[in-house]
Amino acid sequence: MSKAVSALGGARFAGTVEVREVGPQGMITLRGDLSSAKVKSAVKSAVGVAVPAQRRVTIEAGRGAGWMSPDELLLWLPYDEVAATLATLGKALAGQHALAVDVSDARAVFEVEGARSAEVLAKLCPVDFATLQPGELRRSRTAQVAAALWQSAPDTYTVVAFRSVGRYVFDLLRASAQKGGEVA
Amino acid sequence: MRLRTMGFGVYDHGYVLADEKVADHTPGDGRPRHRVWRIRAGRVLAATGALERPLSFAGNDIPGVMLAGAVRDYVANWAVSPGDRTVVVTNNDDAYRTAIALVEAGLSVPAVIDAREVVIGDLPARARTLGIRVETGKAIAKVKGRRAVEGVAICSQAGEGAVIEEIACEAVAMSGGWSPVVHLWSHCGGKLVWDEDQAHFRPDPSHPPLGHDGEGFVMTAGAASGALAASAALANAHDAAKAAAKAMGGKPKAGAAPKAAETSEAPMQAVWVMPQGAGPDKRAKMWLDYQNDVKVSDVQLAAREGYVSVEHTKRYTTLGMATDQGKLSNINGLAVLAGSLNTEIPQVGTTTFRPPYTPVTIGALAGESRGEIFQPLRRTPIHGWHEENGAYFEPVGLWRRPYCFPRGGESHAQAVHREVENTRSRLGLLDASTLGKIIVKGPDAGRFLDMLYTNMMSTLPVGKCRYGLMCNEQGFLSDDGVVARIDEDTWLCHTTSGGADRIHGWMEDWLQCEWWDWKVYTANVTEQYAQVAVVGPNARKLLEALGGMDVSKEALPFMQWADGTLGGFRARVYRISFSGELSYEIAVPASEGRAFWDALMNAGQEFGVMPYGTEALHIMRAEKGFIMIGDETDGTVTPLDLNLGWAVSKKKADFLGKRGMERSFLSDPERWKLVGLETLDGSVIEDGAYIVAPGVNANGQRNTQGRVTSTYHSPTLKRGIAMGLLRHGPDRMGETVELTKTGGGTVAAKVVDPVFYDKEGAKQDV
Repeated sequence: MSKAVSALGGARFAGTVEVREVGPQGMITLRGDLSSAKVKSAVKSAVGVAVPAQRRVTIEAGRGAGWMSPDELLLWLPYDEVAATLATLGKALAGQHALAVDVSDARAVFEVEGARSAEVLAKLCPVDFATLQPGELRRSRTAQVAAALWQSAPDTYTVVAFRSVGRYVFDLLRASAQKGGEVA
Repeated sequence: MRLRTMGFGVYDHGYVLADEKVADHTPGDGRPRHRVWRIRAGRVLAATGALERPLSFAGNDIPGVMLAGAVRDYVANWAVSPGDRTVVVTNNDDAYRTAIALVEAGLSVPAVIDAREVVIGDLPARARTLGIRVETGKAIAKVKGRRAVEGVAICSQAGEGAVIEEIACEAVAMSGGWSPVVHLWSHCGGKLVWDEDQAHFRPDPSHPPLGHDGEGFVMTAGAASGALAASAALANAHDAAKAAAKAMGGKPKAGAAPKAAETSEAPMQAVWVMPQGAGPDKRAKMWLDYQNDVKVSDVQLAAREGYVSVEHTKRYTTLGMATDQGKLSNINGLAVLAGSLNTEIPQVGTTTFRPPYTPVTIGALAGESRGEIFQPLRRTPIHGWHEENGAYFEPVGLWRRPYCFPRGGESHAQAVHREVENTRSRLGLLDASTLGKIIVKGPDAGRFLDMLYTNMMSTLPVGKCRYGLMCNEQGFLSDDGVVARIDEDTWLCHTTSGGADRIHGWMEDWLQCEWWDWKVYTANVTEQYAQVAVVGPNARKLLEALGGMDVSKEALPFMQWADGTLGGFRARVYRISFSGELSYEIAVPASEGRAFWDALMNAGQEFGVMPYGTEALHIMRAEKGFIMIGDETDGTVTPLDLNLGWAVSKKKADFLGKRGMERSFLSDPERWKLVGLETLDGSVIEDGAYIVAPGVNANGQRNTQGRVTSTYHSPTLKRGIAMGLLRHGPDRMGETVELTKTGGGTVAAKVVDPVFYDKEGAKQDV
């Protein structure tokens, strides 16, 4: 099998914060009735966490799930486990109306780390970072393109965008993190 | 605290925009020059102060005539002298502060011209003590000088301008009183009340702009409330800040407002025209709005013309428009209008204050959207290869797709020609990653797709592909593409490159709003895959060289697909053709897309591989008579117009567009229909050419009976070919029609079948 390459091959920029393109990252879009016992147990066995509540994300040791809409979850897992997990999900959800698809390669993932990470993102996203709790996921935008983001560690945010605009999002983050662009 | 920051607009729900001038004062230090702040405020406390008003006398625009407050700022803040001699002209006590400041700075004030008959306040008294001459009941008849102030002619304010005396000076400091800056209060609907004593509009605290909870969300403090004297301003600001803190749930400390030293100021006197009986010549030289060049005479003309409403007068004269936003012109202009209409100022009312308070640069508003990140640019996983290999790009939505790959000194036309010939005779590769790919799954997915597509998709067997058309409810073509049945419950819909997000949204719209009880889920997986079209007589040889899958005609016939591994890559191979050649479209995970392309290019060398761009794609599909959404369609074209009736189900009870198509105009046999066109001289018909008909219409224009939708030079046929829509087209095969040329004249073309190449489809099915 050919080696999977992330959208920007791990590009980095150090400015007022550090911006890292990471991946390849395993991601599965799961659509279904999130309140059903079958979906709950399928999610638990696939990524080891409970179905997150509205707008919440739980990721533990590289596995987890984020709430994307009333009938959609983002499952987060190591890249090379996606195929096996899809097969498991398929079995667990047999007979249940649900959709699970691999979207790992459809995305670009960034980490923004540093004391000013919220400030760098606040310049690009219509998100009130002062009230964004750890464990809370926002589907929002970075400037002109869709993005999902959450605080993945203290002073660190994970930003997920579409792969085709990975370069654009990286350039946005780089511009926002330029030295001299500090807000306070 | 943001210094150098101006709140320039207040909008609904406490939304406030502010412009921070970050680095205007430190150019080139690497910081952004401006930054726009988008603030969601619980309460807004506007401490915006007051603006001094000019006085309307002849020549009040001559350089050297300034507001008294501005003169004072030059002297006190910046140690700049406005001139050796400054005449102060006023209708209030405050301007005496300017006279005093000038004299204390060692400059000369030849006179204070005060329109009031009685001048008795503390400040005039101090001026007189300093030896400044104070002329009461006087006015400026005119300012002398052209490019700069040379002096003023003095007259009686009560009179018509007969000159009593001329005073030489270099500057004139004028003050017509002060108006609170009510813009931020007014942007969202705060009402104003007329203050007779101070001759200005101030915020009416009982009618603030209301928020979602019905409470006022803007308050004013100090001079912005109309409290002009220092002590009154402090008291007002103290109360306002306390109220704002309380409204936000805070508990302000008890305590009295700070005190200011009291200076008793005598009342000002409203003076709208100086002198009051000035004739037409003088009034035509009295500026009300300096930025929009509106004079007293203009507003009076508007009144004579019958403009009673102040909003109409504003538009007739441009008074207070745009950059001014009423700052200098408002009260003076309203007063002149009221005087002309013989009514009171409050009856005239004010014009609307709109954001921004002062102009904000487009650069500040654009923010990061400049240079490389002006607009998102979508790149396929193979984009880097295209760049490295000299692709000439064209925009397709936000994507950049290679139009062609010129080699050596080739022109674009030569490159396209070579790419078509090579693909038809040997082997071409196309980066088709931009094609939309939407997964549709669920027990009702077949039923759903039968509604979306004009033809049947529910009957498509697993493992097979079918071309489908989508219409909007009107019956007009909206998108097309090949649908593959993945399993019992799952279909994969290919859309056009520009249509993926739109069609995905369209699907979700129907599922969420109309057929919410249907069990269907969709997912847009366009970017999950890199997709490469391997096209040409050698296509199979290349895939066999990569190895791993049986891609023979028997194992993988035309219009089928299969999953497997090709040269080590996880691949889904579709046997579909948009070129008319033997063709495979191969989807691999995007993360392996570039490596897959490289592998195809390497292994393809021995089979004569060359990449081709969108123009070669367009030509080859036109040679085959395949329609292109956006070329043959423009939102007014139905499947039947394009002779695609075979793809419009007659069996289905319903689908989107079915009823639309049945309406009389859309089923009219007179509609223009698709044909092929071949020029008699082999030339290429111009883009957008019309097919002319005899006679002219009511406007004297040539009648038309059709138009060209696609036109190319065909490298395969070595002549111009075109598709177009023609009245009764399919019934007119062999006829000759005339098409327009931009330089005038026409070109003759024969009406032919739109399939120019391999009508039987033998080449793609081998």
